[in-house]
Amino acid sequence: MSLLIGVPREVFPGEKRVATVPEVVEKLIKQGFRVAVEAHAGDAAQIADDAYRAAGAEIVDDRAGLWATADIIFKVRGPDAEEVALLREGGVLVSFIWPAQNPDLLKALAARGATVLAMDSVPRISRAQKLDALSSMANIGGYRAVIEAAHAFGRFFTGSITAAGKVPPAKVFVIGAGVAGLAAIGTASGLGAIVRANDTRPEVADQIKSLGGEYVPVDYVEEGSGVGGYAKVMSEGFQKAQRDVFARQAKDVDIIITTALIPGKPAPKLITEDMVKSMKQGSVIVDMASEQGGNCELTVPGEIVTRHGVTIIGYKDLPSRLPKQASTLYATNLLRLTEDLVKTKSIDGDKIDIDMQDEVLRGTTVIDKGEVTWPPPPPKLSAAPPAAAAKPAVAMPPKPKGHGEASGPMSGTKTAVLFGAGALVFLLIGRFAPANFLGHFTVFVLACFIGYMVVWNVKPALHTPLMSVTNAVSSIIAIGALVQVAPDLTKISADLARPNEWIRWLSVAAIGLATINMFGGFAVTRRMLAMFRK
Amino acid sequence: MSASLSTVAYIGATILFILCLGGLSNQETSRRGNLYGMVGMAIAVIATVFGTQVTPAGLPYILAAMAVGATIGLYAARIVQMTQMPELVALMHSLVGLAAMLVGYANFIDPAVSANLTPAENTIHEVEMYLGVLIGAVTFSGSVIAFGKLSAKISGKPLLLPGRHWLNLAGLVLVIYFGYAFVHAHGVSDAMMPMIAMTIIALLFGVHMVMAIGGADMPVVVSMLNSYSGWAAAATGFMLSNDLLIVTGALVGSSGAILSYIMCNAMNRNFISVIAGGFGTDSSAPAAAGAVQPAGEVTPILAPEAAELLRDAKNVIIVPGYGMAVAQAQHTVYEITKVLREKGVNVRFGIHPVAGRMPGHMNVLLAEAKVPYDIVFEMDELNDDFPATDVAMVIGANDIVNPAAQEDPTSPIAGMPVLEVWKAKNSIVMKRSMASGYAGVDNPLFYKDNNRMLFGDAKKMLDEVLTALKA
Repeated sequence: MSLLIGVPREVFPGEKRVATVPEVVEKLIKQGFRVAVEAHAGDAAQIADDAYRAAGAEIVDDRAGLWATADIIFKVRGPDAEEVALLREGGVLVSFIWPAQNPDLLKALAARGATVLAMDSVPRISRAQKLDALSSMANIGGYRAVIEAAHAFGRFFTGSITAAGKVPPAKVFVIGAGVAGLAAIGTASGLGAIVRANDTRPEVADQIKSLGGEYVPVDYVEEGSGVGGYAKVMSEGFQKAQRDVFARQAKDVDIIITTALIPGKPAPKLITEDMVKSMKQGSVIVDMASEQGGNCELTVPGEIVTRHGVTIIGYKDLPSRLPKQASTLYATNLLRLTEDLVKTKSIDGDKIDIDMQDEVLRGTTVIDKGEVTWPPPPPKLSAAPPAAAAKPAVAMPPKPKGHGEASGPMSGTKTAVLFGAGALVFLLIGRFAPANFLGHFTVFVLACFIGYMVVWNVKPALHTPLMSVTNAVSSIIAIGALVQVAPDLTKISADLARPNEWIRWLSVAAIGLATINMFGGFAVTRRMLAMFRK
Repeated sequence: MSASLSTVAYIGATILFILCLGGLSNQETSRRGNLYGMVGMAIAVIATVFGTQVTPAGLPYILAAMAVGATIGLYAARIVQMTQMPELVALMHSLVGLAAMLVGYANFIDPAVSANLTPAENTIHEVEMYLGVLIGAVTFSGSVIAFGKLSAKISGKPLLLPGRHWLNLAGLVLVIYFGYAFVHAHGVSDAMMPMIAMTIIALLFGVHMVMAIGGADMPVVVSMLNSYSGWAAAATGFMLSNDLLIVTGALVGSSGAILSYIMCNAMNRNFISVIAGGFGTDSSAPAAAGAVQPAGEVTPILAPEAAELLRDAKNVIIVPGYGMAVAQAQHTVYEITKVLREKGVNVRFGIHPVAGRMPGHMNVLLAEAKVPYDIVFEMDELNDDFPATDVAMVIGANDIVNPAAQEDPTSPIAGMPVLEVWKAKNSIVMKRSMASGYAGVDNPLFYKDNNRMLFGDAKKMLDEVLTALKA
């Protein structure tokens, strides 16, 4: 009998997400699990029971029965007291837990002898990115924050010039360039706004730029990267410098999105009431840290308020406001987790025994068979910058060959035909032409090749000077006229009627024409070349 | 000066000419290259004048002719506007062609030349003479027409005679026939008739060939005539058994041929058909029939709004075309560039290989306006950068930024490489009117959503943009 994964309906007020979606159900079944979903669990995320049923899940009306029979429970939010009581002895629970903030919950779950995997405790190492639900939720939150801001903001984001007048672009300032901040930067600049961003960790500047934002530094030298790629609490001096920067930005921008969180600590108060007062009427602040008290002094967690003409959005459930997307990503994160569990033989047949040697599973597991294993030992390496995956990996297409570069070899037949034709021409010339001619012909052919080799290297920018200089050089034709203008007539037998005057005047005319070219060509080339400068 | 000494001097001159062309390969060495050319030419002329083939009796004539020529040449080089460079170059080609013709005739009426030749050598010499005059005549008349077209004295529209390929073929047959008659004629007076007949046919052929070519194809024509003038010099060299002429002519001829080849590649045309002079059929057939009419509306803007767009941009690429040359707007363009660069805007220039009327025409104009050449890029170098560009400003160019070349396989310019300005976030096209370019193709770029049209004379509009930017 294979293990049963139970997915109950979320009971937290306003929570619209669900811990699995039909696409994932199919894959879980392929992995050898059975899946039971509580009736109407997906309603709020626009996923009908029939969709789950079609994917192979069993729809269960009996809530308590589901909790009691399931070997593994998949949830989004941590269980409330009633749910803890429903969890069967020694059962397995996978959900967000926030063990640091919820020590009582941890104790209650441990008392049930449960094994609990906390999706908020996934270590931030590259291998674990695929199951990093915090990042996937933060990504959605950042997107939604911009959408909420756009909704509350009375103008276009993108600057444009329309028949009805000019629209200036909105200016957005994002504080904190973690996953949520970067998602907000990308979304806002995608909508056409001018986006600036600040973060205490200077190494994220490139990530900000890669998403179309402008990095606003704080001129105060202090390393802001804490352990695990998160930010840490900064010194007093830094905080003052930072407040000055924020105060300046507040006066200038239309929208502020704050995402500053420090793990295990209340959110730092970065936007003071004075800053809010200095903002333009109709500006918007989205405080993504409101769950931890908010980055703005005037934030009311969970609500939208208007203070001093500025709309302050303090929703705590931004990811849940995009329920279908959030459910899909979260369900996929859970799928990756079960894959890891199967691969490490933590789940083998119907036996569950978490492999505590595995770094990812060790970090994620906060209670192992009733024994609290949180906090885990610190991760070995500082994380890769969290949004490394957000950088678009652009594969450069091979550059088309410019001229002057060696072209690929010709096809065999083409070469053969060309050489054959050449050989034939040379044979004919060799057969009929007198020796005298051949000397000149040799010179001619070699000169053509030299010209070919030399000119290939000329830069396109210099094509015009090249033409005018070759034009000047071609006035070498004057030599032809010079040798005819006054040859040594004594060497010519007198009985030949040579029209000396005709020849002379034709030559003189030719010399004149060629000389125009000679002098004009070189002079104009000189003039042109003198203009090229770096 | 002994004959050996002249020969050695000729070798020196040849080397200098090769170094001259080699030096042109980049900006740093180009000035020295030009100097090599001048020195080489001086050596060649002096070695000839004081060599065994010229008696002192000829000196007064030579000096007089050279003085006149030098005066005219230097004067022309000084007064010519950089925008008129294509005309000047075309005109100069015609001079070389004419000189080659005259030298050929002078050689032809000189009985002393063939007096000591064996029959086989004589035949070859006659063929060389005939070819020298032929190429010279074609170069001459073709360049004159090219000059007329470039200076707008003759309409830039291709003139298409019915059955023109047959006309060309008939001309070729006649030229061969007269060539046969010429070689078999006895004495100068007998041969004169075929020679003159051939010259007339060659002149007509030159006119016909260039008349049939549209204005946009002029870069190819100019470089092709450049090549022809070289071949004319080489043919003269064969005729006179002069290796210096042969080498130099061959250098110039192959240089021009390579340039035309590069131009043809840039326009996706066949090299052979261009050199034969019989091209332009597809470009000259106006595209109206069957071509997809672009849908949508053009969005005009005014200069201040264009200035606004430029000021808000981070990356700007300017694509100049012939319109900039006509309006003499290159100085204003550089003023705008300077203002923008001071504001931290990354301004670059994208040059299409056939922009303008001559290879490298735009580079020369921008250089004249003192635009540093390290912000001027070739099409291949920055075509990938358009998606990251905020504003692409097209000044008086049309076909070289036409997306139809990539999007519409039935378009006459399909397959021609173009600058992908429509991939930029915004594009501004400066144009006098909605008229189509030389290829006669409507440009879907104008109807794109992210494109704005700034109508008016490029110089005037750019002046307004500059004023708005400085304000």
